[in-house]
Amino acid sequence: MALLKTIKEIGNYFYQIYDGVTSLLRGMKVTGSYFVRPRTIVTQQYPENRDTLKMFDNFKGELMLIHDENNQHSCNVCNTCARRCPNGSIEVIYKKVEGADGRSKKILDKYIYHLETCSFCGLCVPACDEFALKFDQDFEHAVFDRSKLTKVLNKPGSSSKALKE
Amino acid sequence: MYDFTSLIDSITGYLDSTFSPFWAGTISMVLLGVVILLFYAVLGLYLVYAERKICARMQNRMGPNRVGPMGLFQTIADLIKLLLKELILIRNADNFLFNIAPFIVIVASIMAIGAIPFAKGLQAVDLNIGVLYILAISSMGVIGILIAGWASNSKYSVIGAMRSGAQVISYELSVGLALLCIITYAGSMQFSEIIASQEDGWWLFKGHIPAVIAFVVYLIAGTAETNRGPFDLAEAESELTAGFHTEYSGIKFAFFFLAEYMNMFIIAAIATTMFLGGWLPFHLFQWQGFNRVMDFIPPVFWFFGKTAFVIYLMMWFKWTFPRLRIDQLLSLEWKYLLPINLMNLILIAFLTLMEWHF
Repeated sequence: MALLKTIKEIGNYFYQIYDGVTSLLRGMKVTGSYFVRPRTIVTQQYPENRDTLKMFDNFKGELMLIHDENNQHSCNVCNTCARRCPNGSIEVIYKKVEGADGRSKKILDKYIYHLETCSFCGLCVPACDEFALKFDQDFEHAVFDRSKLTKVLNKPGSSSKALKE
Repeated sequence: MYDFTSLIDSITGYLDSTFSPFWAGTISMVLLGVVILLFYAVLGLYLVYAERKICARMQNRMGPNRVGPMGLFQTIADLIKLLLKELILIRNADNFLFNIAPFIVIVASIMAIGAIPFAKGLQAVDLNIGVLYILAISSMGVIGILIAGWASNSKYSVIGAMRSGAQVISYELSVGLALLCIITYAGSMQFSEIIASQEDGWWLFKGHIPAVIAFVVYLIAGTAETNRGPFDLAEAESELTAGFHTEYSGIKFAFFFLAEYMNMFIIAAIATTMFLGGWLPFHLFQWQGFNRVMDFIPPVFWFFGKTAFVIYLMMWFKWTFPRLRIDQLLSLEWKYLLPINLMNLILIAFLTLMEWHF
């Protein structure tokens, strides 16, 4: 039995060498294949490729209010996004107008977005019941004047879809 | 063709005929020193650049590409930055030893370069015990590392230096035994004779499988001897910040950095000389045309091409394998490499005795 055990141990010794070498070679195959294939490089050459640079879908660049082709957004001034925002970056300013049925109705006057305090957490987008918000992919936010970072998201002359109904 | 002996002879002849023997010797030594130092600095910088590029490609990155075309001047800019930086004096450090340590490390690797044959006749000294000399000199570097760790008065440095000492002393054995295999085949320790013995084929090919095993063992042990990854325990960033050179700044840090890369070059150059035929061109059997074409490529290119290949292998190791633990490191040496190496050496001695190699 002692002999058998010794033989087993010797076999194990050589198996360990074989196992180690093959697993190391497997690792070298991975890095070696990356080395010979330059197209696997993921680094973006940013200032050179800014014309063709395409950001990925989930990238949170800057908040925007979705406008359709008739320049209409779907904000109904429920203020959920402003309340959900942890930094108070959103202010929804409304005005009252006379509706079709004669009752006064709140409609959006200014949707103010403070980019300078936004932390891009994205809580406002799923909070909206009307799916009126989304993040677009523009990330070049640098400006020389801080006041330029306070943006009005509803476009001039836009109207709300909620008003028509 | 492409023999540097006549060029060197004409220069020494001119010096001998113009100056007195003392001045001729001094001038030739100064010339040689300047050439070797320039070579050392430029090659060291571009090895750092090559490593950054190769590592980047293996990690799907671009590497340095802003300073100069393809980032070629990046490492030169880095060196200028390091030259301008302040040399911080460490309180309670042993200043004399602290300042002398980087020079010991760098002098050890500069001295080793003197014995490396770059081409026929392009070798500073052709000692009859060249291999022994290089082994002895390159293990001087560890003294510098130990001094650096001790003199820094920092726990990281001491632990790094101790690890480095344990590592270099154990792996020195494997390096020596792997080279001993080729010395047994070639029957000489002189670099020029070892290269001459490979005229009809490199030892890696005509030494059968034992030579291949010796080459692999040499590569592993050589990587460990230069303190490079996966054997970079001496400067393991995650545990010891930077190991033995934690407290060094500016150009003294650059000396350690440069010495590490030049030690890698020296290890690769010895591997080239011993296993891959040094500056000899690649010859295939009796294909006269092919061999003639290969002969036209200058030996310097052959030498640097083969060395670059070995360096590339070592960089490939570094950027693929995870770092070993200290007990794994020592068990790899004492339980695997050393027994394999000893058996290999006996096998090679037998093969040489029976003259079974080509």
